[in-house]
Amino acid sequence: MSATTERSITVTINGTTYEREVEARKLLIHFVRDDLDLTGSHIGCDTGNCGACSLIVDGTLVKSCMMLAVQADGSTIESVEGLADGDELDKLQQAFREHHALQCGYCTPGMLMSATALLRANPSPSEGEIRKGIQGNICRCTGYVNIVKAIQAASGQAVES
Amino acid sequence: MLLREVAYARPASLAEALQLLAADDGARALAGGQTLINVMKARAGSPDTLVDLSDLDDLKGIELGSDGTLEIGAMTTYTEIMASSEARARPILGEVCAQIADVQVRNRGTIGGNVCTNDPTNHLPPLLAALGAQFTIAGGGGSERTVSSDDFFLGVYLTAVNTGELLTKITIPAGRNDGFAAVTLGVEGTCIASAAASLNGSVRIALGCVDAVPVVLTPASDDADAVKQAVRGASMEPPSDVHASSEYRRHLAEVLAVRAVDQARGAA
Repeated sequence: MSATTERSITVTINGTTYEREVEARKLLIHFVRDDLDLTGSHIGCDTGNCGACSLIVDGTLVKSCMMLAVQADGSTIESVEGLADGDELDKLQQAFREHHALQCGYCTPGMLMSATALLRANPSPSEGEIRKGIQGNICRCTGYVNIVKAIQAASGQAVES
Repeated sequence: MLLREVAYARPASLAEALQLLAADDGARALAGGQTLINVMKARAGSPDTLVDLSDLDDLKGIELGSDGTLEIGAMTTYTEIMASSEARARPILGEVCAQIADVQVRNRGTIGGNVCTNDPTNHLPPLLAALGAQFTIAGGGGSERTVSSDDFFLGVYLTAVNTGELLTKITIPAGRNDGFAAVTLGVEGTCIASAAASLNGSVRIALGCVDAVPVVLTPASDDADAVKQAVRGASMEPPSDVHASSEYRRHLAEVLAVRAVDQARGAA
């Protein structure tokens, strides 16, 4: 085997399989946004701090600006575009809407993926567990209170409105 | 961000990975990438070739020996250590891994990457130095050597793993009475100063962020005064930066060493 600066990769995102030639230096977030035109996932800080680019890769929550596209070869990826069923929002999206869990919305795609991963691992998280679960996602608008409430609501827990 | 052009290989075996690393001076091992990819973005490092270790199953997983010794593969992630029932034999490991960064980083970051980076602000170098861990390094031609933490950490971003070699596993002796304390940038952020302590037979303390490598102290007793005395006696010259002056870091080292020892005593 030899090392190459370009590779052909195959990934399945939200049920659709894509095969593309990519440069080894391309970050996964750029591949998803620029090559596949799935622009729901955002680039916030580009330094692995903000979490706006969070995706679920093979069932694991990752920051896609800290992973190369070639590393995702053969993987199954979930992004924010896969949450809603057509025009029907999923439970978390609906809860974010009802509990005013977003203002500018920039962090929302990543926040939703982190919340999705959290609720899969822990279907009824406490407030502390939610805060720990979204620790890698920065929101500069809401102060997090309504995001925490929305995640609690989506998990079927009673929350003050 | 666009990285500098780089070649990439994902070998299927350790032998193949070692060959790729030996064949090119500019080749670097890519473990979880949670440091290296950011280093590449910042152009602080620009490897010519990345050798992705993610398919090397021999480097993953945790084994608990009948004598309580833990063997942790270098490519084991923080999340895997936190979830491992074997790793609970030494509970401090999962506790400290749970304090590193955030869910996403813990899902990809590896124990081997953490120690091989040997950033003085990392959590695991002082912890593993306090626990008396052994590091197994594989080289060309099937060679293998094991070094102690005292010989593994050599300088900032520098370890005993030479060009063309790979850290394969970390061996941690049995024990339970351990502690870790840190002052961080925000909750679970980067350490400004850290201390790990292990009271298993003798007192072993390792201080982080105060020198290029963990500073290991072995005071005669776990008494707070003896611990403080040992920290003072180390005559450290910690670095000053925007987060803490040298003097303040020295003060924190003392406070944190006592806290880590207290936790270790409580974990008995």
